[in-house]
Amino acid sequence: MPASTPEQPAVEFRGVAKRYGSTPAVRDLSFTVGRGEFFSLLGPSGCGKTTTLRLLAGFETPDAGEIRLFGEAVNRRRPYERDLAMVFQSYALFPHLSVERNVAFGLEQRKRPAREIRDRVRAALELVRLDPGTFATRRPSELSGGQRQRVALARALVLEPRVLLLDEPLGALDLKLRKEMQVELKALNLQLGVTFIHVTHDQEEALAMSDRLAVMNQAEIAQVGTPAEIYENPRTAFVADFIGEANFLEGKAAGRPGGEAARGSLEGWVITGDAGSFVVPPHWAISEGGDVRIAVRPEWLDLWRPGCLPRGENGLPATIQDLVYLGETIHVRVTLANGRVMIIALRNEGQLIKPLPWNRGDSCIVAWRPEDCQVLEG
Amino acid sequence: MRRGILRWIARHPRSPGALLLGPGGLWLLAFFLLPILILLVYSVMPRGAYGGVQPGFTLEHYRRFLDPLYLGILRRTIWLSFLCTLACLLLAYPTAFYIARSGPRRNLFLFLAVLPFWTSSLVRTYAMIFLLRDSGLINRALMDAGLIQLPLRLLYTEGAVLAGLVYGALPFMILPIYASIEKLDPALLEAAEGLGARSWSRFTRVVWPLTAPGVAAGSLLVFVPSLGSFVVPDLLGGARQMMIGNLIQNQFGPSRNWPFGSAAAFAVMALVLVAMLGVLRMKGLDDEHGTSKGRGA
Repeated sequence: MPASTPEQPAVEFRGVAKRYGSTPAVRDLSFTVGRGEFFSLLGPSGCGKTTTLRLLAGFETPDAGEIRLFGEAVNRRRPYERDLAMVFQSYALFPHLSVERNVAFGLEQRKRPAREIRDRVRAALELVRLDPGTFATRRPSELSGGQRQRVALARALVLEPRVLLLDEPLGALDLKLRKEMQVELKALNLQLGVTFIHVTHDQEEALAMSDRLAVMNQAEIAQVGTPAEIYENPRTAFVADFIGEANFLEGKAAGRPGGEAARGSLEGWVITGDAGSFVVPPHWAISEGGDVRIAVRPEWLDLWRPGCLPRGENGLPATIQDLVYLGETIHVRVTLANGRVMIIALRNEGQLIKPLPWNRGDSCIVAWRPEDCQVLEG
Repeated sequence: MRRGILRWIARHPRSPGALLLGPGGLWLLAFFLLPILILLVYSVMPRGAYGGVQPGFTLEHYRRFLDPLYLGILRRTIWLSFLCTLACLLLAYPTAFYIARSGPRRNLFLFLAVLPFWTSSLVRTYAMIFLLRDSGLINRALMDAGLIQLPLRLLYTEGAVLAGLVYGALPFMILPIYASIEKLDPALLEAAEGLGARSWSRFTRVVWPLTAPGVAAGSLLVFVPSLGSFVVPDLLGGARQMMIGNLIQNQFGPSRNWPFGSAAAFAVMALVLVAMLGVLRMKGLDDEHGTSKGRGA
């Protein structure tokens, strides 16, 4: 492997496209993944995330664009010439081989000496916390789902790849096991310094594990960023809706920041819609008189009695529709003046003892600080 | 009687297994086990003057079967059946692989593979005579092309028998191999490639071991009927390429030596049994390997 300069990213996609027949599987993909990063490709099924991973692995060739690994173009390289390893969604363990032989497979193909193979297989099994003495001679059919997952991981890691690809690795596991494996995968990523690229449709999993993630929709990348950036500043309605829960509000920009339309102590754009008017901070690039759509997370919202709105907050009149007690939070659904339903997540900080402070049919004010909103594109 | 059965079903609502086996069991008892027993009894009785048997007990027929003349026929039978199995395997494996990976057209190909069964095997064997005889299509074409002056001797050779056997048996090899390749998870091949396996290595390390049960089943389905075939060697091999099936047929027909025919039939059956046990053991080993989708969540 020729030397690559340290500043070159582990993975780089430049305008990569792939179509199957007339349907584009991915369109104009451009993103980079830094060395040692845990990077997730997140999206609904059919969004192109698995195709992206397969393009990187070398099981598909791009129709256009360039894929670079550590600065080198790899478009034409076979999968085994790319210094990466993949964990398949179905694990794809060889059913006719023991755990030991499954893990040894790649090393045997590389014609390593028998002694080295034995030692490295043992080390890899220990790395994924499978006792070699117990599991080495078992066949995949004699393992549980979680154990198979670990074998698949060991089989990939034993090759000491520079990039590890994970295709929905936790999809087949039950919830508790999935949480455990999330922690373990993240720990392996930190411990080994290997770049992890992870495909999932589970937003919670992507947020919990990733350093950065790309949200994909309809063969394109909708947004790339850290979990916090994606959650707190979703650029489009799709991202806001796909990651977590979001309330949407629309209206027309009625005034300039700081202009005479500024209301009370609030500075910024005044947006007037059929549910009432509210203010968004002046830094947003909004054209006067244009349509504006904002997203507000349920936990950024608060509820007040009519007439009790604190200074400096936006408030819209509403009626309580129902309350869902979830333990950690209470989800309150309210109906705005225009009939739109919003969800407010009230944190259970101990004061929400019985009886709940709100009843169905109560009039209320839905409130949020102007800076706690996201103006959406398009 | 009928009410008895109904009452039994009523009492054992969860064990209809034995009943399901009933019709087939009765059929096998009447038309397989009973004739075989008769054959066994005949094989140890003295020969009757005009066919049939006389009362008595003798092992003479089995002893006679050990004559080099008959052992030669047995050897040729095994050799031809082996060659036939091998040829079928070499022809069927790539074909089955192609069919299994041909997407929506696979049903058409499968249909084509079994299409020869729509005509009688006798007709197909006669058709091969027209192809292979001195003035047949192949010789005519070769002579017209100026490649040969005199017709090649194709008919009544070991090769002709082999060609006939392979022709008839090929679908029995294609279908089980197709089934095993079709079950093969394509992700396994990608996994192998990702781990560094070149195409030959992917075949020997992954595809072949996982399709071996299909190969074993196909080999059994080809080898065993080949051992007993008599129409093909009779029509395409003539008197010189006699197989054990022809010998047995002769004993019950023109030679009128029923006990010797029975003894020869029993010898072949013992052979088949040994071959089957061998293959089943191979398959048994493979079944222990199980599949990755077998168990667990």
